[in-house]
Amino acid sequence: MDERPTFAADGFDVARAAALMLAQGHAGWLGLRYHAHGPDWAELELPWRADLIGEDARQVLASGPIVSLMDMASGMSVWIKMGAFKAIATLDLRVDYVRPARPGHAVIGRVECYRVTRSAAFVRGMAHDGDPGDPVAHVAGCFMAIMGMRLP
Amino acid sequence: MTFELTPYARAMGIAQAHFDDGLPVLVLPFEQIVVGRPGTLHGGATSGLLETAGYAALRTELDRAGRLARLKPINVTVQFLSAARPEPTYAIGRVTRMGRRNANIDVEAWQHDRHRPIATAVMNVLMIDDSSADDAAG
Repeated sequence: MDERPTFAADGFDVARAAALMLAQGHAGWLGLRYHAHGPDWAELELPWRADLIGEDARQVLASGPIVSLMDMASGMSVWIKMGAFKAIATLDLRVDYVRPARPGHAVIGRVECYRVTRSAAFVRGMAHDGDPGDPVAHVAGCFMAIMGMRLP
Repeated sequence: MTFELTPYARAMGIAQAHFDDGLPVLVLPFEQIVVGRPGTLHGGATSGLLETAGYAALRTELDRAGRLARLKPINVTVQFLSAARPEPTYAIGRVTRMGRRNANIDVEAWQHDRHRPIATAVMNVLMIDDSSADDAAG
């Protein structure tokens, strides 16, 4: 028998949490925006901005802000899946850049938390610049509970 | 400076601190724009510093080899080892292997204690040799 617990997302107000978290610090500076969410996934947007490009000659978003976007969407997917806000930390994150984003385009990142255990949460996701069928990056990562907390 | 930081890296406040064993050490000051959880560095900002240090190391090695190339990221894997505190973060990259097309780079970031890394990364970068450089070499 599958003993994996299930969680209602009711305990975690996604839109409110997103508004708080994305308004300040690094996410606020990048201008990350909440897009959508489901039972175990979150989607955020990184708007295009001239000072976030990776090369002076090309108007393409740098890879760094895309990692930040995917890290934030990852954390949100974990909270949504657990239905609660708990202190978590990124253990590792892998990003495959399958193609450069198009010049002047925003990047949208969607991450799914596909498994939560007592101590770890596993995520996978992808980023695109308009067409979800033609991604710019894929990610996989692992989060851990911190500050003596347990998941869920 | 033999390499140029990206507009993104400059905007975040990354600068070259010094050279260590011929390789550039970069520094990211702790400011409001890099904060994640209150009082800690955002993992995305840490990753950005690591990637930037990786590119700086590769540019330095390419320069030494007399090569000009456009660099395109293939992938990066970041390991977060401990929470970063509100203080400057340093990073250095080392090119483990430089082939014709691909470079494999190890990067390390630390804060006040050089021997206690807060994060590491391994990157693969595609190098597209500039045709004029090829012509000059030929």
